[in-house]
Amino acid sequence: MVLLIQYTLLFACILSLVALGGCFSEHSGIINLGLEGIMVMGAMGGALAMRYLPIGTNGFVVVVVTILASILVGLIYSALLGVAAIHFNADQTLVGTAMNILGTALATVIVKSINTATNSDDHSSIVQYIEEKKAFVVDINGFQFSWFMVITLVLVIVAYVVLYKTKFGLRLMACGEHPQAADSVGINVYKMRWAGVLISGVLGGLGGICYITTGVSEWQFEYGVAGFGFLSLAVMIFGKWKPQNIAMAALLFGFFRALSNVYMGFPSLVAMGIPSGIYNMIPYIISLVVLAFTSKQSRAPKAEGIPYDKGSR
Amino acid sequence: MKKILKNQGVQSFLSSLLCIVVGLLIGFVVLLIIEPSGAGEAITSIIKNFFGYSRANMQLKYMGNTLVKTAPLLMCSLSILFAYKVGLFNIGAAGQYVVGSCAALYGALVLGWNWIACVIFAAVMGALLGAISGLLKAYCNVNEVISGIMLNWISLYATNMILTAAKDSASPYTYALASKNPGAVLPTLGLEGLFGGNRYVGLAIPLSIIFAILVYVVMEKTKFGYELKATGYNKNAAKYAGMAEKRNIVLSLLISGALAGIAGSFLYLTDIEQWQVTISSVPEMGFNGIAAAFLGGLNPIGSIFASFFIQHITDGGGHVNLDIYCSQISDLISAFIIYLCGFVGFVKMVMNNSIKKSEEKKEQGGAN
Repeated sequence: MVLLIQYTLLFACILSLVALGGCFSEHSGIINLGLEGIMVMGAMGGALAMRYLPIGTNGFVVVVVTILASILVGLIYSALLGVAAIHFNADQTLVGTAMNILGTALATVIVKSINTATNSDDHSSIVQYIEEKKAFVVDINGFQFSWFMVITLVLVIVAYVVLYKTKFGLRLMACGEHPQAADSVGINVYKMRWAGVLISGVLGGLGGICYITTGVSEWQFEYGVAGFGFLSLAVMIFGKWKPQNIAMAALLFGFFRALSNVYMGFPSLVAMGIPSGIYNMIPYIISLVVLAFTSKQSRAPKAEGIPYDKGSR
Repeated sequence: MKKILKNQGVQSFLSSLLCIVVGLLIGFVVLLIIEPSGAGEAITSIIKNFFGYSRANMQLKYMGNTLVKTAPLLMCSLSILFAYKVGLFNIGAAGQYVVGSCAALYGALVLGWNWIACVIFAAVMGALLGAISGLLKAYCNVNEVISGIMLNWISLYATNMILTAAKDSASPYTYALASKNPGAVLPTLGLEGLFGGNRYVGLAIPLSIIFAILVYVVMEKTKFGYELKATGYNKNAAKYAGMAEKRNIVLSLLISGALAGIAGSFLYLTDIEQWQVTISSVPEMGFNGIAAAFLGGLNPIGSIFASFFIQHITDGGGHVNLDIYCSQISDLISAFIIYLCGFVGFVKMVMNNSIKKSEEKKEQGGAN
């Protein structure tokens, strides 16, 4: 039971972080379908940071450096979307998809060549961080408390305040609703959209490192992040693009995802004899059903996905 | 010269060529960063692929392997392209491909059907999956990209479970068709003689090209294709003009799904590969289809060449010196090519603007 709560919270953290990223990007008017790729790249940045930190580094330093590395890589990688979607009017769906494929390929190539360079017999794309990972968790009577839980809670509140209580947030949302109107009152739409995309890069990268430190102490980068970027988008839609709702939606989705990790621990569930494949499918099935019922009255930002052209009316 | 440049087809071709050149350059730079000394050799072995073999017989044999995989890739790219013409981004093609593979193998190995029945079964299952995305899009307003991805993962897990019935308990791979049910293997039409005795080469290759032509004809020459494209340009305008826009959305994803489903059967019914029930990521074929569709300028005939090129460099990745580099460098190059395809609209705009400018200059010069 403790395990179920722990994993529910952890998966909810990942989903909220990435969904918040998508939320900022979409409020600025850019659909970020590349979150999956951003997560992989952020995860790679963090994993490599953990690998290269000398053994015995202070736990606090490990956490800070790893998180900063993930954020930085996520930020840089998201610029690919920014350049194409903001300045070159590229099809955002196409660019996002390309970024997802590229993220996994690039991370695999980078990790493999580092592994092969250190040991010519090592052709794997695995990074290990057994010792370093311990810095992220505090054991409280068997409950593995993770610092990501605090970070996520803080960021959900910050996101709410920024979006609804600051000048920046309100301007950002104006650019996603009616960019021409925003421009007419002196808001720089391009700058605002860049801000939205880069924030989504930061949060996506953070979600990535959170994902690969959940329950495992090594990661094989060929596997990517198993559709979590897209599950997060489902969470964002279900959360109606609002940080507080996103956090709630993430808890629901996180619960079903956690179930597939820990159902072995519940004798009653094991006794039902459902194959593990079914449990793996559940989060995706749930999200389809949820989307089917909630997308009809969707409150998506009106101008999302449409390249901003100063000249058009 | 200018007349040629104005032609849409020529513009698409030039932009695709530009994407390829830049994509390969970036791949080369990545290779240089990993290890400068072997980078030149590595990029040439990717571009050469089967030409890297010295004996003509081997070249033909491996060219056959590339062609065998080009056929399903072409079907996937047709699937993506067909939906995109209607304004839908069918990333679910990857899952429809998986379901098609599952249906074909289940039909062949468990039900003991012949190849015709297996291909049809694959098409039907792919179409069903596509229709789910279509119905969700048309009636529940669910973004087809997100529903597609969810269905990709659901189909992967389902396929792994279902195909457990078609394998030996000791091995993660499904049975080889040749030993279990030779009647399900696609006929070779005697083509193997042309490709150094490569027994996998066969019907799938000409059939996929016929499908490409068929898609072209449906899209460009029929009322149905016109309606689908009109729905893609402006859903509301199509609706007010009396077209059943919801039906068109469902129908286009259904056909798109059928094409991707057939793609699955076209690979696995050649027996070149067996399905591995332990895989934990969606096969790349469907995603590479996106690269081929856009690189081909969203034209079915262009897709034929683009699919061959993408498969060519993907196979070429296996020929790099694996002690220094890894084969995923090809995935990186094709991913970059997809990314660059996003800039094609901009490149075309620049071309058209510069043509216009020089024409204006000429007119002014004439007036004076």
